[in-house]
Amino acid sequence: MALNYDQAVSKYEPTLGLEVHVELNTNSKMFCSCSTVFGAEPNTQTCPVCLGMPGALPVVNAKAIESSILIGLALNCSIAPYSRFARKNYFYPDMPKNFQTSQYDEPICVDGYLDVEIETDEGPKTFRVDIERVHMEEDTGKSLHVGGATGRIHGAEYSLLDYNRAGIPLVEIVTRIVPGTGKYAPAVARAYVTELRDILRSLGVSDVKMEQGSLRCDANVSLAPIGSGKLGTRSETKNVNSLRSVERAVAGEIVRQANRLEAGERIVQETRHFLEESGETRPGRSKETAEDYRYFPEPDLVPVAPDAKWIEELRATLPEKPSTRRKRLQEAWGVSDNEMASMVNAELLDTVEATIALGAEPARARGWWLGEISRLANEKEVHPTSLITAEQVAEVIALIANGELTDKLARGVVEGVIAGEGSPREVIDKRGLKVVSDDGALMTAIEAAIAAQPDTAERIRGGNIPAAGALIGAVMKATGGQADAAKVRELLLKHLGQG
Amino acid sequence: MSMIHKTATEMAQALADKSITAVELTKQHLDRIAAVDGDVHAFLHVDTEGALAQAAESDAKRAAGETRSVLEGIPLALKDVLTQKGVPTTCGSKMLEGWRPPYDSTVVSKLKNAGVVILGKTNMDEFAMGSSTENSAYGPTHNPWALDRIPGGSGGGSAAALAAFEAPLAIGTDTGGSIRQPAAVTGTVGVKPTYGGVSRFGLVAFSSSLDQAGPCARTVLDTALLHEAIAGYDERDSTSINAPVPNVVAAAKRQEVKGMKIGVIKELMGDGFQKGVLDSFKQSLDLLQEQGAEIVEVSCPSFDYGIAAYYLIAPSEASSNLARFDSMRYGIRVGDDGQRGAEEVMSATREVGFGKEVKRRIILGTYALSSGYYDAYYGSAQKVRTLIKRDFESAFNLADVLVSPSTPTTAFKIGERANDPLAMYLADITTIPVNMAGIGGMSLPSGLSADDGLPVGFQIMSPAMQDDRMYRVGGTLEAALNDKLGKPVWAQAPELVVK
Ligand SMILES: [Zn+2]
Repeated sequence: MALNYDQAVSKYEPTLGLEVHVELNTNSKMFCSCSTVFGAEPNTQTCPVCLGMPGALPVVNAKAIESSILIGLALNCSIAPYSRFARKNYFYPDMPKNFQTSQYDEPICVDGYLDVEIETDEGPKTFRVDIERVHMEEDTGKSLHVGGATGRIHGAEYSLLDYNRAGIPLVEIVTRIVPGTGKYAPAVARAYVTELRDILRSLGVSDVKMEQGSLRCDANVSLAPIGSGKLGTRSETKNVNSLRSVERAVAGEIVRQANRLEAGERIVQETRHFLEESGETRPGRSKETAEDYRYFPEPDLVPVAPDAKWIEELRATLPEKPSTRRKRLQEAWGVSDNEMASMVNAELLDTVEATIALGAEPARARGWWLGEISRLANEKEVHPTSLITAEQVAEVIALIANGELTDKLARGVVEGVIAGEGSPREVIDKRGLKVVSDDGALMTAIEAAIAAQPDTAERIRGGNIPAAGALIGAVMKATGGQADAAKVRELLLKHLGQG
Repeated sequence: MSMIHKTATEMAQALADKSITAVELTKQHLDRIAAVDGDVHAFLHVDTEGALAQAAESDAKRAAGETRSVLEGIPLALKDVLTQKGVPTTCGSKMLEGWRPPYDSTVVSKLKNAGVVILGKTNMDEFAMGSSTENSAYGPTHNPWALDRIPGGSGGGSAAALAAFEAPLAIGTDTGGSIRQPAAVTGTVGVKPTYGGVSRFGLVAFSSSLDQAGPCARTVLDTALLHEAIAGYDERDSTSINAPVPNVVAAAKRQEVKGMKIGVIKELMGDGFQKGVLDSFKQSLDLLQEQGAEIVEVSCPSFDYGIAAYYLIAPSEASSNLARFDSMRYGIRVGDDGQRGAEEVMSATREVGFGKEVKRRIILGTYALSSGYYDAYYGSAQKVRTLIKRDFESAFNLADVLVSPSTPTTAFKIGERANDPLAMYLADITTIPVNMAGIGGMSLPSGLSADDGLPVGFQIMSPAMQDDRMYRVGGTLEAALNDKLGKPVWAQAPELVVK
């Protein structure tokens, strides 16, 4: 009988380890001035340096160093006064020099931690994840293997190589082993990657899009019998492309390993690939011999020795921790966990905050950005902030608040602003969307409605208040929806002796 | 009137007073190459068209009063290890047959900016690995002093071109002596500047931490003028030194050494040194003493391990630097028959593309960097390197410059050491410590050896970024030798058969 997850974690203690690769969003590559923009024509963003041409030499991107230091500081690391790049030697066609320039035994940031909070059976609990190192390296090019059954290089008819990605700056964040998570290992893994992603986003150093590969996670999992005090052999799962997958991959590995151990089998130290559909992992290319990368210090680069004063200047620019900020805003705005999460996931927290700072009421600001504006943005497949500014939204909300616009009219104003018709005020003028609040004009419309439906008016006079709906509807229709319905109701009832 | 037997300084004067044009001067050298290079084989590629175009441009600049430097219009031979846009660059290897670099090395940019006319690319040991130019995939270069002898290596082509009056100036590169040893055995002057003094950008790397491009000519002053033209900080080379270039031209012209302390390195003479070489060396010491210098003896005990350490560090770096030659992006491709995979094609290409010595060093370096051997080999070699640096530091506390014979022997016969790599490696015993310490070194001719009538080289070493010191001593010694011998060593070379 195969063990299920609950049975697995009741017998075995999992130990986690997480390696996260982050593509930095610098304008230029790690060691040359080529552009890093995603999605360009293959091999158009290359030069002698990133193509590994004979004689070309690397120069470290200062912005990448700054970003790496910011990451280290945000993760409570020490910044090494002296760190070096090394060469990791192996042959592969997508690596132009046949070595990867990467930090190895002298990384730029060491010894940090990140606290993550998860829900447990006993309520919220904080786990501390120790960070061993944060180091810089360069990305490889991309291979496309055409023909053949596997899509891998072996068996392919031919391969296409795109070196646009070769040399894009990467930062790798490696945790120490995380013991003692017990059955919460998958949740801790997910919470860690989530919190890390939010921190990186708040630092503005990466796009952190897991689906585009700008944030990639490898999850190391090992099991040992509970209480044994031992560490088991670990596997490393790659290809984990979403937060949910992080959680599923860890859980899946726990179940797989537990069942192997139950059957008396050995855990092989290997790389495994996560399968999105089944939530299982399959073994990667088996390695008959251990890879020997023949690391040695990169002689073409001088050591990275950041000035202590500069590090302190960077520390002073660190933004508020995302978890702290979320708590603060959640309290101030009175929104639920779910509402906060939806703002974060839609990458609209900053925008909503800015809108509120301009005087908008929190619920309305959130409602507009996540509702109507997000809907329109979805249709156009763009981010909401590319359609309209926080200032314009705040102005619309202010106009609703002072009664100059109804919600319905406001939608038209927003539509007009997005269509490029100008500021909210200009759209109101051009489209004639002003609320009809002139009592005289409204009274004319009300009298006309009464004249058209005298029976209904009689019933209202007789005390049948709900019947007013029909007349209000007629007035709204007559004014093209531009009247404030509450005002119409007030005037109507007063006119019929019920006010 | 033919100017080819003049110095570059004299040619510059003739150009300045309009007694010759750059086009005429270039044609004279192209004619000389056509006449003698069949025997000497100094050039791998003569860029007739390009050189004449540069010369014509130079004449136009001069006519317009826009002379770019003192070397405006002077022809030069370029070692085939530096990239020149659009001009074949092979590094003496089959691997790069037909490759035309898409970019200029910094040295070439500087030469072009100075108005120097580049005649073509000179022969060399494959990827600069060798001491005789016999390892060129395109056949050996012959020493103009005795065509059955080696011109030194790896830069034998550049030195032979100077000795054969095919060019008045040449560029070499020096990883363990590849400028100075060829200069010594061809009766010419060659300087390895301080590491970082001349940009390595565009210099196809053999051993990145040791490689250094440098100037070669027939006189100390000509060498200094070329040094000045190519030296200086380059932001594209991280290891280049951001400091003013020492005033080597003024030093070369100074012609006095009164009160200078000249240290003779005990370990770089004695057993294994040819008698004629030692006699010539001692004669030069006497001349310097007559000029008012103080001769002191210094000891550098770690130099005994210099060759051993060098043949671990240089091959280690080479094994990684040469990994990029895999047929994927440039150079030759072998075995791509639509059946073989990328790895097989890489392997077949490297089998055919690299010569024996290159393969020997790649294997040696791969081994030295392997896990389990790294500390014993690469690690120990780095420690020796530190000791050699310290030896130099102590010695420079006792002397302003250090001196030794440039090579233990005069030019040996072609084929004599071809099958004895250890004997070949010993040719650089005197020059290697300079590269290991990153300091400057010069070889200038000190006369002819009494036992075989061949040129002998005198080596002068100066502390890092004090390259002017060796020019001061070299210029003074050269003048004293010319007085004593009646004419310069280079002017005593036997006439070549003109075809
Ligand atoms: Zn590039």
